Amino acid sequence: MEKKAILQRFPRSPDVLLALLHELQRANPQNYLTPEDLALAAEYLGLPLSRVRDAVTFYTMFSLHPRGKHVIRVCDSPNCHLFGAWSVVEELQRLLGVGVGETTPDGLFTLELTSCLGACGVAPVMMVDDEVFGNLTPQKLREILARLKEEG
Amino acid sequence: MRPARTHVLVAVDEEARQAGVEEVLAALRQVLDRCGLREEVQIVETGTLGISGQGVVLAVYPDGVFYGRVQPADVEEIVEVHLLKGRPVARLRLPTAAPVARPGEILGRQTRVVLRNVGVIDPENIEEYIAQGGYEALAKALFAMKPEEVIEEVRRAGLRGRGGAGFPTGVKWAAVRQAPGPEKYVICNADEGEPGTFKDRLILEGDPHRILEAMAIAGYAVGAKRGIIYVRGEYALSIRRLERAIAQAHAYGLLGENILESGFSFEIEVRPGAGAYVCGEETALIESLEGKRGWPRIRPPYPVTHGLWGKPTVVNNVETLASVPDILLRGAAWFRSLGTPTCPGTKVYTILGHVRFPGLVEVEMGTPLRVLIYELGGGTRDGRPLKAVLIGGAAGAFLTPQDLDVRLDFDSLAGRAAVLGSGAVLVMDESTCIVDMLGSILRFFRHESCGQCVPCRAGTDLLVRLWERVRRGEADEAALARMEEVVEVMRQASLCPLGQSLALPVRSALEKFRPEFLSHAQGAACPVCRREGK
Repeated sequence: MEKKAILQRFPRSPDVLLALLHELQRANPQNYLTPEDLALAAEYLGLPLSRVRDAVTFYTMFSLHPRGKHVIRVCDSPNCHLFGAWSVVEELQRLLGVGVGETTPDGLFTLELTSCLGACGVAPVMMVDDEVFGNLTPQKLREILARLKEEG
Repeated sequence: MRPARTHVLVAVDEEARQAGVEEVLAALRQVLDRCGLREEVQIVETGTLGISGQGVVLAVYPDGVFYGRVQPADVEEIVEVHLLKGRPVARLRLPTAAPVARPGEILGRQTRVVLRNVGVIDPENIEEYIAQGGYEALAKALFAMKPEEVIEEVRRAGLRGRGGAGFPTGVKWAAVRQAPGPEKYVICNADEGEPGTFKDRLILEGDPHRILEAMAIAGYAVGAKRGIIYVRGEYALSIRRLERAIAQAHAYGLLGENILESGFSFEIEVRPGAGAYVCGEETALIESLEGKRGWPRIRPPYPVTHGLWGKPTVVNNVETLASVPDILLRGAAWFRSLGTPTCPGTKVYTILGHVRFPGLVEVEMGTPLRVLIYELGGGTRDGRPLKAVLIGGAAGAFLTPQDLDVRLDFDSLAGRAAVLGSGAVLVMDESTCIVDMLGSILRFFRHESCGQCVPCRAGTDLLVRLWERVRRGEADEAALARMEEVVEVMRQASLCPLGQSLALPVRSALEKFRPEFLSHAQGAACPVCRREGK
């Protein structure tokens, strides 16, 4: 089973918890941690399930609910704010038809906010999955979304 | 590096990637092949060249010519006109002075110590780091110095923590060395999350071995055998490059068991964060490393005696560590020749916002703010008058044009009720509404407050609600006074710097832009943020 293989790449030490959870979440096409994932991590590291859940709910990169295939995270830190981050958020809400924290009905996109991504030279910035996009304009947003939709 | 007539340095970082650097590289290789220049011209993929907001950036050496916004279609012209005929292509040339220095060279107002290899070497090749003198400092420490002598050198150099607090690094190391117990740790804090800051990312992406070397030196000095780099979860490229660098260092016997047959052993691991600003605070970081939620610990005891797993632990910022190899090689006196008497050395800044050349610069401690904005940043973007500068990130203070002559170092800024913090310099011209900007900061803090202590958890929420009343034009002088009162309580009573430091932006904004806040509070129209009047 694939998940067992993921676990076995890690030593049985509680300090690898976050790295382990990242890998389990990445292996899920819906980009979230299932109750089974949490139980597996807890058992493997010898931690109470409550400890694992406690950690998961603290960090913004983890989700306990199904998310879209692509997670879009728009930076709303002061520098991006200065360059119109909020109009990017509004445009995305309009184009996707969902609010912040929501997933499109076709299961393709989840819209989230994030703090500074460290790409301030090209503000406003967003991250789609592992990729950073900057100098965003309404036109550029439409192109990025169209390309991702095409890829499915 | 192979001997080649010309080097073309291509910045491959996140920014270049999304500007299409892969396509430019492919075109470059193709055109060089066609012109038979593959042996003479070497392409070096580097980390950032220190230029931001200019798309794909190339540098041609030894000419020292920089090109920006390069598209695949431009490559042919660069090769034929510049590389073949020796005439730089004026159309694409960047007006900036060459920001890449040969080691130790001083360029204009920049002095590159921690960034000296960034943009110069291939970060994925350990031999290029070694060719620049890499790992010599570690060898010197292991074979020519006692651990106490290493600490003494760092202490005499006067190196202070670049993460924001400015604590003397040598004092920290000495405390860990003296702490009892055989098991000790060295942690590199690479959880860079301060808005407007990306210096650590660029050091990690551009010169990862420098950090590994410095951590091994720290381990030798304090008596630790294990090092951990806690990297922000979003920094995918940094994590990949560090892991690669660790594997290479192992293969060369520069990490692991019995380094260079010296009898000293040291292992380094990389751990990703998972999205929590508060984990940049060292005790929250340690909690997170133990696999828990990142709640700051009550101090004392401090990590130097009770850190990771309760053992003595050094926690140093990336930029702090990056100064260490040069201090050992060139000596404390050299380091003290840079900067100011109380803050020796250099500091890396990110210049952002309404400037002509946003990006990363490294200058001596004590450089005036005016030099940063007008000489290195090129002044305001459209020549509009400067309105404010937010210095030190979201947890920093607003300064005004009257503060332009302040020297940037820990002590001079303290005199202006400001902090150096992470070194983010956010420049705002007159098209900026300070009320609106403060809102962005307050929402950020409300989101990132970890929820552990009441002053911060309740205070950040209260501030956003007070701000919303101001923004809606449903407030008065009393609401502003209330905001000042809330941040004062947070400053005195919060558990960690996250809650304590919100006083800086709030107080400075309210004090220096009082009329602007009052007019919003009372419902007047704002021509800048386009809020309509009541």
